[in-house]
Amino acid sequence: MVTVTMTVNGRQVSKEVEDRRLLVDFLREDLELTGTHVGCDTSQCGACVVHLDGKAIKSCTILAAQADGTSITTIEGLADGAELHPLQAAFKEHHGLQCGYCTPGMIMSGVDIIRRHEGQLDEDTVRHELEGNICRCTGYHNIVKAILAAAQEMHGEVRQAAE
Amino acid sequence: MAQDGIGARVARKEDKRFITGKGRYVDDMRVAGMKHVAFVRSPYAHAKVGGINSEQARNMPGVLAVLTGSELVADGIGNLICGWMVHSKDGTPMNMGAWPALAPEVVRFVGQAVAMVIAETRAEARDAADVVAVEWEELPAITDPAKALGEGVPQLHPEAKGNLIYDWEIGDKAAADKALSEAAHVTRMEIVNNRLVPNAMEPRAALAQYDAAEDHFTLWTTSQNPHVARLVLSAFYNVAPEHKLRVIAPDVGGGFGSKIFIYPEEVACLWAARKTGLAVKWTGDRSEAFLTDAHGRDHVTVAEMAFDANNRITAFKIDTIANFGAYMSLFSSSVPTYLYATLLSGQYDIPTIHCNVRGVYTNTAPVDAYRGAGRPEATYVVERMMETAARELGVAPPELRRTNFIREFPHQTPVIMNYDAGDYEASLSAALSASDYAGFGERKAEAARRGKLRGIGLSCYIEACGIAPSQAVGSLGAGVGLWESAEVRVNPVGTIEVLTGSHSHGQGHETTFAQLVAERLGVPIDNVSIVHGDTDKVQFGMGTYGSRSGAVGMSAISKAIDKVEAKAKKLAAHLLEAAEGDIEIADGEVRVAGTDKKLGWHEVCLAAYTAHNLPEGMEPGLKEGSFYDPANFTFPAGAYVCEVEVDPDTGHTEIIQFVAADDFGRIINPMIVEGQVHGGIAQGVGQAILEGCIYDPESGQLITASYNDYAMPRAHDLPSFKVSTTETICPSNPIGMKGCGEAGAIGTPPAVINAITDAIDNNDLSMPATPEKVWRALRAGATAMRQAAE
Ligand code: FES
Ligand code: FES
Repeated sequence: MVTVTMTVNGRQVSKEVEDRRLLVDFLREDLELTGTHVGCDTSQCGACVVHLDGKAIKSCTILAAQADGTSITTIEGLADGAELHPLQAAFKEHHGLQCGYCTPGMIMSGVDIIRRHEGQLDEDTVRHELEGNICRCTGYHNIVKAILAAAQEMHGEVRQAAE
Repeated sequence: MAQDGIGARVARKEDKRFITGKGRYVDDMRVAGMKHVAFVRSPYAHAKVGGINSEQARNMPGVLAVLTGSELVADGIGNLICGWMVHSKDGTPMNMGAWPALAPEVVRFVGQAVAMVIAETRAEARDAADVVAVEWEELPAITDPAKALGEGVPQLHPEAKGNLIYDWEIGDKAAADKALSEAAHVTRMEIVNNRLVPNAMEPRAALAQYDAAEDHFTLWTTSQNPHVARLVLSAFYNVAPEHKLRVIAPDVGGGFGSKIFIYPEEVACLWAARKTGLAVKWTGDRSEAFLTDAHGRDHVTVAEMAFDANNRITAFKIDTIANFGAYMSLFSSSVPTYLYATLLSGQYDIPTIHCNVRGVYTNTAPVDAYRGAGRPEATYVVERMMETAARELGVAPPELRRTNFIREFPHQTPVIMNYDAGDYEASLSAALSASDYAGFGERKAEAARRGKLRGIGLSCYIEACGIAPSQAVGSLGAGVGLWESAEVRVNPVGTIEVLTGSHSHGQGHETTFAQLVAERLGVPIDNVSIVHGDTDKVQFGMGTYGSRSGAVGMSAISKAIDKVEAKAKKLAAHLLEAAEGDIEIADGEVRVAGTDKKLGWHEVCLAAYTAHNLPEGMEPGLKEGSFYDPANFTFPAGAYVCEVEVDPDTGHTEIIQFVAADDFGRIINPMIVEGQVHGGIAQGVGQAILEGCIYDPESGQLITASYNDYAMPRAHDLPSFKVSTTETICPSNPIGMKGCGEAGAIGTPPAVINAITDAIDNNDLSMPATPEKVWRALRAGATAMRQAAE
């Protein structure tokens, strides 16, 4: 057993877990943050994507112990109170989800993609960047649309703020 | 039209919980004292199960129980069944082998469960399952359906000699043979429909709880049809009486057919919950999903199509072997027969059709309905034949279709179906113009200058949805009726709850069903709640599959609304002292047409519940139900055009453009319908160029058992799609809807393969058209052409 301490969605948590506890199980089982999903066992589907110190990672591919001392954001922590993150809003507006199972991972990946490219995205880039996220429902069409729309909106805001 | 009523592009009401991580799927559920289950599964494709030694497992940390197949059988738990009786052409019933939820004696596919471990944590259960010692005696296995028929190969079930499940036919064989022998031209093809794994992103899961004091069971399960699950679990598997079993299918992460069926794990968990007194949860991982979810397709077909001198089809003859896997899954028997052969007329006026289907057992996972279920297989045969025939006859592919289109409705095909409405010319024209089919030649030439081979392919599909008129399917062997039920509960304040037997696992019912209510009763959609997925709440239901929730599920709601509307009007007429026929309901008001006399909708609702002033003989309350049984199947149809570029050096195919023009009848929410089409196209492209389930023919091991080996379509494998609709109103249901859930998966594969075979100039190409296959076909085509020239 090992004690892990981290900040999850802005809240400090500390728990004793098995050494082999995966971060995703820690989040889902120990913290009951069930918004992060598990869709595979080979690190391929991206349903489990969360942010670790601001960067997207697959939480099924890292031990809870490895995340000791870090800051984690899950889908539950993305919205600013009642205010949806622009990408969450874009998924709804553009029908970027159907069954919703891949959605938390898609959104967390999408936020990271927009951040890394500073909002400068085109369809081809988004499609290649989504390589690690599988959706079986949407055919990606509206997911790509939602990410592009949010990127534009967020980038526009950044530009406005700079001006 | 109400602002958010029929036809409005309304954002989905259910999205909020999913985008904020608040969806509630089965694995998210926990109950007090809940323990975890891991299954002990066969590593062999075919083996005798000898002794099972669980002593070491029982002594592992956290382990509470190890249960085996012989205990399950001893407790009287029934075998899993196939619920649709199909008879062979000699009149004998299908040959169904026994399928116990945990195999006590023989396993017949890799992954079949023989025992279960219950432990405090999931990890502990899995650790212990690994050390349960089973004495296996490996038997020879067979996985290839084309080789599995007959005596000289491994035999799976004593009930099925030569591994034959049935030898079934439809249509007039003699007439087909005669027409073929007299034809001006015959196109003949061998066509394989590749085996697929459905791969809903949420793996299957079950949480079973038994309350000894009440002798009551609760099962949370990943189901598309919780009431059907309850019925089957109680009536056939004997795990719990129907009135003592509550089945809840909460948020479900995709189904595509694979979550229709009742699986061994659900049966075993319910049985174990009672036996041990523990609440137990099993959540499959992706490997288990690959091994044990019902797979789809897997047909081997020879087809011959006869044409007269005017290029009109005179007969179509099809011989198909359908792989069922090791056991007959719940609806498996109907898929390659009544859902396949009945669609072989396509969009065409074909006077004579004969189809023979042999169902065969193999040592592979059970095969059952997967998005489209039989109809993609039929469409693939018909549309590859049409495109190939056009090439052989030297006519443009659209022209050959036009020559043979059905143009008058209703149209009785020679294979049971009676098409009620359609306009195939309209969808074809729409697809040809959206894809600039006419300008393809220029694009091909331009691609050639870049060293790329450009191809274009067409597919004109038809499917049968609105499943199904109960009497019709009953006469064909279905063990259930396929109606749907609904209850519309209007509250005293005028808000509305709709209880539906349909189940949403991505389709957006919470929005579209509310839109129907909004349209009809003039309330905003936010005042309408849709209740589904719980047998304790919803009266009954047949669930969601076969694109039936609109045409059948919403029709039931519509019928219930009729009754609510009639009662509300009668009451309002009484209160307003007007004639019932003059009352109209709209915009939150109930008014006397052409006057300023009116009441608020909520006032009428309240009056129904205060019951202070009701018309003579009227009961208080405003709540009505309906069981709706459809009058006919519905027949969505459309035309798809795919354009590809093949790299001749690598054989890699890029989908450059994909156009879909569908006729779904009346559409409630175009945004949701487009989403359904997008997803279907992606699965169709997956089948055409990426996905294929491969078993090792010697060992029967599933080679493609993870996302590393089974190529799921990813975002960069696909383009954005151009989708549009044409509309002929369906006359067979009150809303005029046809259904849209499966179209993409049905129409797409032949369009893609027709495009690739056009690009490489060789019709001999099978799915999935991987770069290697395309490269080889390109080389083979070029060689054949050279030889022909020499
Ligand atoms: S669950 Fe992490 S990548 Fe699939
Ligand atoms: S919305 Fe269902 S898997 Fe993406």
